[in-house]
Amino acid sequence: MSEVIEGLRYSESHEWVRVEGNVAFIGVSDFAQKELGDITYVDVPDIDVLSAGDEFGALESVKASSELYSPVSGKVLEVNGALLDRPELINEDPYGSWIVKVEMSDPSELDALMDAASYAAQNK
Amino acid sequence: MSGFPYFPHTDGDIRLMLERIGVKSLDELYSDVPSDFIFKGEYDLPDAMSEQEVRDYFESLASRNPKLKVFAGAGAYDHYTPAVIHYLTQRSEFLTAYTPYQCEISQGTLRYVFEYQSMICELTGMDVSNASMYDGPTSAAEAMRMCVAASRGRNTVLVSKGLLPQVLSVIRTYALYSGTCIKEIECRNGHTSYESLKALVAEGDVAGAVVPSLNRYGIIEDLSGFADTLHADKALMVEYCDPSALAVLRTPSEWGADIAVGDGQSLGIPLCYGGPYVGFMACRNEYLRKLPGRIVGETRDKEGRRAFVLTLQAREQHIRREKATSNICSNESLMALWVTVYMSLMGPQGLREVNEASSAGAHYLYDRLLATGRFEPVFDAPFLKEFVLKPLLPAKELHDRLCDAGFFAALETEEGYVSFCVTEKRTKAEIDALVKAIEEIRL
Amino acid sequence: MRYYDKLIFELSKSGRCGYSLPEAFAQAPAVPSSLCRQSALNLPEVSETDVVRHYTNLSQMNFGVDTGFYPLGSCTMKYNPKINEEIAGMQAFQDIHPLQRCDSIQGVLEVYYEMEKALSSITGMERFTFAPCAGAHGELTGLMIMRRYHMLRGDSSRVKVIVPDSAHGTNPASAAVCGLQIVEVKSDDRGLVDVDALKPLLGPDIAGIMMTNPNTLGLFEREIKEIAGLVHGCGGLLYYDGANMNPLLGVVRPGDMGFDIMHLNLHKTFSTPHGGGGPGSGPVGVCRKLANLLPVPKVTEKDGRFSVVDGFSNHVCGDAAVPEETVGQVSGFMGNFSVILRAYTYILMLGRQNIKMAGKLATLGANYVKESLKDCYRLPIEAVCKHEFVFDGLKDDGSSTGKPGATTLDVAKRLLDFGYHAPTIYFPLLFHQAIMIEPTETESKETLDAFIDVMKKIAREAAADPDILHTAPHDAPISRPDETEAARHPVVKFQDESRII
Repeated sequence: MSEVIEGLRYSESHEWVRVEGNVAFIGVSDFAQKELGDITYVDVPDIDVLSAGDEFGALESVKASSELYSPVSGKVLEVNGALLDRPELINEDPYGSWIVKVEMSDPSELDALMDAASYAAQNK
Repeated sequence: MSGFPYFPHTDGDIRLMLERIGVKSLDELYSDVPSDFIFKGEYDLPDAMSEQEVRDYFESLASRNPKLKVFAGAGAYDHYTPAVIHYLTQRSEFLTAYTPYQCEISQGTLRYVFEYQSMICELTGMDVSNASMYDGPTSAAEAMRMCVAASRGRNTVLVSKGLLPQVLSVIRTYALYSGTCIKEIECRNGHTSYESLKALVAEGDVAGAVVPSLNRYGIIEDLSGFADTLHADKALMVEYCDPSALAVLRTPSEWGADIAVGDGQSLGIPLCYGGPYVGFMACRNEYLRKLPGRIVGETRDKEGRRAFVLTLQAREQHIRREKATSNICSNESLMALWVTVYMSLMGPQGLREVNEASSAGAHYLYDRLLATGRFEPVFDAPFLKEFVLKPLLPAKELHDRLCDAGFFAALETEEGYVSFCVTEKRTKAEIDALVKAIEEIRL
Repeated sequence: MRYYDKLIFELSKSGRCGYSLPEAFAQAPAVPSSLCRQSALNLPEVSETDVVRHYTNLSQMNFGVDTGFYPLGSCTMKYNPKINEEIAGMQAFQDIHPLQRCDSIQGVLEVYYEMEKALSSITGMERFTFAPCAGAHGELTGLMIMRRYHMLRGDSSRVKVIVPDSAHGTNPASAAVCGLQIVEVKSDDRGLVDVDALKPLLGPDIAGIMMTNPNTLGLFEREIKEIAGLVHGCGGLLYYDGANMNPLLGVVRPGDMGFDIMHLNLHKTFSTPHGGGGPGSGPVGVCRKLANLLPVPKVTEKDGRFSVVDGFSNHVCGDAAVPEETVGQVSGFMGNFSVILRAYTYILMLGRQNIKMAGKLATLGANYVKESLKDCYRLPIEAVCKHEFVFDGLKDDGSSTGKPGATTLDVAKRLLDFGYHAPTIYFPLLFHQAIMIEPTETESKETLDAFIDVMKKIAREAAADPDILHTAPHDAPISRPDETEAARHPVVKFQDESRII
């Protein structure tokens, strides 16, 4: 069983969003990291602005690759540099390891995302 | 069935196997194929031959290719191949293996590819190399694609007119279909023009530039300032090199290039009518994950022993599919072994001597040709083993007459010059004979 | 096989040499120092004996077709005849420069010409090019022809190509390199292209479809006639991925099924060795209306004389003009000549008599193994297969023992202990535990029986104690390496510690 955390919003493609004020921290769920296995590389190129649904990078494991899609629109404030050297942090602590930080331009997009219960139901 | 050495089935075997499957005939195994697709005609092929007949046939074909002394290059160089190489590359453990996906029983392949990558890095001064490409021209085309991919949004790649015609041609083909805009850097006095490069960079949208180290006139390029100009504009510099010559010439790394490509053929691969050769591709660390094709990496097995694996496979087509860095799958692995064994045998000193001997022969020929009075010099610039002259007799006639006399030489360029090449294989007597043949031409 | 832990660099000793060159007869002028190599060249310095022993030792850690059975699905690891090597190695062919004048290479050009005729007859296509150096290179060339066809008709809207979800990874990757967008069509529960799902995808933006038939499940796409009609009807072309041509060799011709463009893998269907990952050769065949689109250079024949058409003013061969429609040049010269020589040798040995059995015997072997093992391994689609078939893992993975179940990877690694190469695993992507087996026609009933016995034994081991599989291989030169670490912290070249400051 994979862990789902209350208070986060989830996308169908297994990204989670943690909201602090106007800023969205985006990572991937425990389910996603388990599916992918040992993550070997976090590939997030320089992007200034994202629209909801945009691909913003990919996670790589030895024998697979999984694209990352932004659940929200906005300006990219920061990429989590710690993951470049230590991609395994996502395996160890998926909900503690945000990948990008986005200043949301339309917080109402969050409403389209799932809460913990719905997301857990999706993965059943 | 009888008499075919590669099908081991006896009639009894086939019967027993069909029984296990539960069908009555081999044809029944094709019952799912619409009957109008089953080919009922006769294949337009010769009657099956025995090995002896095959040998005789190829002997007769081979006899229709008169042997010529090779005095031209233009992208394929007649360097000497030590006996060891053919012997080792014919070992069936290397020859008949597949791509080393099962690393536990492919350490032989994986180790030589790792050595190959290391040697390519040594020659070019680059940080990382892939496991090989098809040939020089396709490696240049892949480098063009890499420039565009790394630039994120730019779509123009500059190419020097000093590149070999086949390199330019293949780059143009790839660019046409990927929608990349190609602009040509002019040549002045036989050199890729720095002024032309600067002007084109100023036009904007430049993702990178492909320039030769030794150009199609055989001239050693001076690439001073190229990297700075390109890098100031966040564009990449790709250098197309003759790897053999890198033993003595300033390396791509020393010129400031980001990517080095070229054809490994000059590292002792026979001419063999154009292939198989081996393309190489190396780059700086920051572009490692943008490299096309296979890469071998070092790791440890469960017992802590040094082991080698195909790594960074998430870039590749079998995982990334349409988002892969390239579609390349099979490359030229055995030819990578070929050049690895060559470089091992030659070492730094041997490679230097090959260059010195080739260059000495080429300069000797250059002087002797001018002395015949049948050529004029074109450029006054340093060259190694290859050079062009302006013939004072019709180029085609010259080439044809030499061919009739047993020499492959004086290859006409698009400007109407003729190009010559001398490797360490050519003796003084052979060069003198070529010169004599030229002197004796009466039109 | 035994473990050997040297790299050639580690055998190096300054001053040693492995070459012999003639004494130079002249002195080369010095290269101006600004153009000279500045850094030291740290290639190994070793003797010829060192080199021979080192690479012989390396070879002994390798498994090849000559070592044993290689049931690698979609790779067609048939026996590589030795006469092929002898012909390819003939000095008279090795010494020919690729830009030599045509009348000095008539024997070479005849090989191209006869080979083109043979492949055209075998496949039902009109013309072939030999420029592509491997299968994926052939795919790219073929797709360029597809795009060029539409471009020449002024139809610039056709930018999408349909690829089944079971396709080889090179198909979508080649399409992307060619500037095409990929539209995936699903397989139905029979494992075949779902024609109803295909129909709505067809339209004025479709350049064509890429298919391999039989597909990667080894199943013949029996609706191919309808599919061809639909795709042609919407103005698209059909591309045939020849990676799976082997079961059709001597039985069915792609040209007759309606395909317009195809490639062959000479290193699969036509017995040339894989060389540890090349050199291959990926000739591309086209139907009549596309003949002028083939790449240059190419061989032409007139009154028994062969010439080369290439479009370079410096190439002193041919006199015939390059067709304006050509896609251009896709490789340096005329492809991998010595690979083409090997394949041509094989075709001459096969002749018109033996070719008729090649595909059928390949299909016989695959069905025989499938039927013999389907009690132990999950067969997701019960149907007659062609050259290969796919299991979806073990029927009993041993998880009932309380230990983690044995996976497809474990089965593959355990096979190595018994002296077999592993099948292709985790492909196609339609099944989670895919095991893809392709025996080829050069394997005897005895070889297949022994393999079947071992596969059954492994299934029994898994059910009783999956740990035997988890820890495999036990007898290979190395055990399972840490691939995660290799990808996280790539070490991709030799670092001489003594040189690191």
